[in-house]
Amino acid sequence: MSDTEIRTAIASAIADNDVILFMKGSPAAPACGFSARTVAMLEALETPFAAVDVLPDPRIRQELSALSKWPTIPQLFSKGELVGGCDIVTEMYESGELAEVLGVAAPDGAPEAPAAAEPQAAAPMGIENRLG
Amino acid sequence: MPSAEEVKTRIEAAIPGAEVEVQSADDVHFSAHVRASAFDGLSRVQQHRLVYDVFEGELGGAIHALALKTEVS
Repeated sequence: MSDTEIRTAIASAIADNDVILFMKGSPAAPACGFSARTVAMLEALETPFAAVDVLPDPRIRQELSALSKWPTIPQLFSKGELVGGCDIVTEMYESGELAEVLGVAAPDGAPEAPAAAEPQAAAPMGIENRLG
Repeated sequence: MPSAEEVKTRIEAAIPGAEVEVQSADDVHFSAHVRASAFDGLSRVQQHRLVYDVFEGELGGAIHALALKTEVS
């Protein structure tokens, strides 16, 4: 796959999935604490999301950052727009804005960001890796 | 390897009037709180981009991680 093909595949993945997370590792096995925290928040909101692991090929990250003008991983997109990285997602989760942006109900109880990554029995719905 | 003080100075130089607090335990992972009037009217993503732009090419390298909190002053 050429760099251009990778960038095109990333752009269509962002366009085709309502909620998509570019992360290190997979939702079931995150390879970085920031990715793990972001996955934990999405799961707490019970929102289905697509996930792409950027680790298998360094060009995925390179082309993603060139496209999004955002230097770090993870990157969360909703309806084609960059929502942010872990810091912004955490702020928005705690304020309730994340649920609003994703169009889901806010979780009951204290809106404190969940701790990262508890081991899961099964991967959540809607996961796909089109770039692996 | 940049120090927390150096990261703070560079953000302040790039974003005039910014009030910046930077913490780092290891000079590789940084945490910054930036208040600036330049953030007025910008989305969070745009605010963070302004700060990230200061360290273009260094994030993921010398600066392994920069946790950010931005606020309009």
